[in-house]
Amino acid sequence: MGFKGIIKGLGITFKHFFETYSEDLKQGPDRYKTAKGIQDRLSADTKGIFTVQYPEEKIPVPEAFRYIPFLVYDETDEGGRDIRCTSCGICAKVCPPQCIWITRSVNQETGKPVPKPEKFFIDIDICMNCGLCAEFCPFEAIRMDHDYEIASFERMDHHIYDLEKLLKPASYYARIHPTQYAEEEAARLEKEAKKAAARAAKTT
Amino acid sequence: MSEPILVSTIPDFDVLYPEYVRKDERPGYSGFIIQSSSLLEFAKIVRDEWSYDFLTSVTAVDYFPEGFEVVYHLFRSLGGGILTFKVELPRENPQIDSLFEVFPGSELQEREVYDMYGIVFIGHPDLRRILMWEGFAGWPLRKDWKEAYYEEESKPFSSRWPNGEAERAETTNPFQANLKYPSGFDPEKWEPEGEDALYMGLKKSGQQDGLDTDFMVVNLGPQHPSTHGVFRMAALVDGETVVDLKPVVGYLHRNHEKIGERNTYLQNMPFTDRIDYINSMSNNFGYALAVEKLMGIKPPERADYIRVIMAELSRIQSHFMVTGFLLNDLGAFFTPALYALKERELILDIFEEVSGSRMMCNYFRFGGLARDLPEGVLQKIRDLVFNRLPRKIDEMDELITENEIVTARCKGIGVLSAERAIALSAVGPILRASGVPYDVRRADPYSIYDRFDFDVIVRYHGDIFDRYLVRIEEVRESIRILQQAINQIPEGPIFEGKSQYQVKVPPGESYGRVEGPRGELGFYVVSNGQSNPVRYHIRAPSFINLTGLQEMCRNEKIADVVAILGSIDIVLGEVDR
Repeated sequence: MGFKGIIKGLGITFKHFFETYSEDLKQGPDRYKTAKGIQDRLSADTKGIFTVQYPEEKIPVPEAFRYIPFLVYDETDEGGRDIRCTSCGICAKVCPPQCIWITRSVNQETGKPVPKPEKFFIDIDICMNCGLCAEFCPFEAIRMDHDYEIASFERMDHHIYDLEKLLKPASYYARIHPTQYAEEEAARLEKEAKKAAARAAKTT
Repeated sequence: MSEPILVSTIPDFDVLYPEYVRKDERPGYSGFIIQSSSLLEFAKIVRDEWSYDFLTSVTAVDYFPEGFEVVYHLFRSLGGGILTFKVELPRENPQIDSLFEVFPGSELQEREVYDMYGIVFIGHPDLRRILMWEGFAGWPLRKDWKEAYYEEESKPFSSRWPNGEAERAETTNPFQANLKYPSGFDPEKWEPEGEDALYMGLKKSGQQDGLDTDFMVVNLGPQHPSTHGVFRMAALVDGETVVDLKPVVGYLHRNHEKIGERNTYLQNMPFTDRIDYINSMSNNFGYALAVEKLMGIKPPERADYIRVIMAELSRIQSHFMVTGFLLNDLGAFFTPALYALKERELILDIFEEVSGSRMMCNYFRFGGLARDLPEGVLQKIRDLVFNRLPRKIDEMDELITENEIVTARCKGIGVLSAERAIALSAVGPILRASGVPYDVRRADPYSIYDRFDFDVIVRYHGDIFDRYLVRIEEVRESIRILQQAINQIPEGPIFEGKSQYQVKVPPGESYGRVEGPRGELGFYVVSNGQSNPVRYHIRAPSFINLTGLQEMCRNEKIADVVAILGSIDIVLGEVDR
């Protein structure tokens, strides 16, 4: 009893086993540890072995992938950092687990708030990677990172990220979110052109 | 023109029974308010005379400082809309008749309401705490109860901005300083008397062949590989036969609903991902529907199609997974489960590309979606649903359905009859395997499900095997829906206007429900017009399906209990919330 089912089941296992080697022969050494090989294992007609041997092989993350926010700064011509964040606090307000803390800068002389963050903290133990901060940031200043290898030995020392740790250049942002960055840049240029046109119209 | 379907209209109970029923006339509310003394009578009338035979959800709302309201949602197993009725209770010593006699499916839910609000259900056979432990002080969902790491009534917390200084909750409020016990309670000396109460709830010894026999209690879990998480079954066995069995839940309880009441409406969206973490898309769907109903908005056409595509993909991967793990429970250790997971991976890859995360999708917004489909994804989905998935489901069907071991272990085991399934409020594949063709997508169509051509799968034996068959067939139906949706999906916006992080929700209540892979997933949301919901309740299908576990397991062998539990398909994140 149960003999037919066992044979059939073993047949399927054997088929998987066999396909692994037949695909190896067909694709040659490209099958492993190359982008093409990994892509093949992610496609709808993948056959045989399916596992990706992390960490030797890594599945490329899609653009929308979100993992721990970072703050974007623009590089100025003199090599300085122009932080995009204006410390408006929308990210801190929208954050579901409330893991963002922001101290707004204050002009020492006048006592008025300056649109720059003095301190910015994200507790990555609490962050749930939902991406709402990046979605609702009106200044394109906070974005979701792709770096998911953040394990450390001591959580008390390393897991509250401060401004220094959070800041990353716009070029990095452009590299990991190419489509979104291009769209935003296009919108920004258009806006600036409009402004310039309006200014030109005013002066004439 | 055909005649209008009668099942969909809700009778005017306030006109029919004016002595104890009145209409709920608060703006934004619907349904009826029943006098608490006549609740049982009314419940019998709606069940027997108006065929509202399915009690789907029991919950309560705390209208601080006034009083409590116990809310009941019912529907007809023939189809149609939801009947809501409520009973008002005072804050002091709230008591109400249990509906257990009329609707046995209320058992676990009434226990939950008791546990969370301290509302006593008179006549309930086993009224104990269910999610919290016995040494717990207070009633967590009451508005005047504050949790251990309480900061403020509602988010966003004022300490975060503009003068935010990072601090850890455990340093400001260290462990043990945040614990509360009932007065006179000493945790060191505590002996779990709740255990006795649990075992007392089980049937005691009986006579066999003229001899007095003593039964043995076997605890499966909380750490047991068969329970798919931290779940415990206290079984009373006679030899190898289960005489009685009680599920013990709550090990993963995190008071999701309290968190939900502190959150703003949008902040709840990523939290819904974490109820049933296998199907975040379906959870998003249910919650978005409930809040959209309150706000009175509808998403644009394209967004609706993407929602359906995502929800159906989610159903497919969930059914694949449960089928694979059912074989695990039968003893085919992990090889078939991994073949099923392989197909699931390909679907998760699509979720990742679309939403940014494989499991915690957080993809739906009120009135649309977080973002449009990236380029090339539609083609990937097309490859899967037109080519790979139909092939794979056939392969799986062929391998499992005729397997002698599977049929021997599953046929005729864990039977739940149609009447009992309805009475015990079982939903989803369990209800349909018992011969009740009830599917929310058909019975009370939401979103754009009325446009698609698909069948409601039904089987009639009510055993494990039929539940498995229902799931396999449902995958095929989902593929059918997906094929139609992909061919019809229009171009256009996925959001009207701009997505807001502070949505304006008018006062009122709404119950949004979807047919999740585990059955009817409902969200009951009450708003008072402010930025945080007053009440955010989840009708969790796997939790309520457990009500029937006791009956399914009686007189089965202890080894089959594992398979029966596997066929119910529970996700502990959803059971315990």
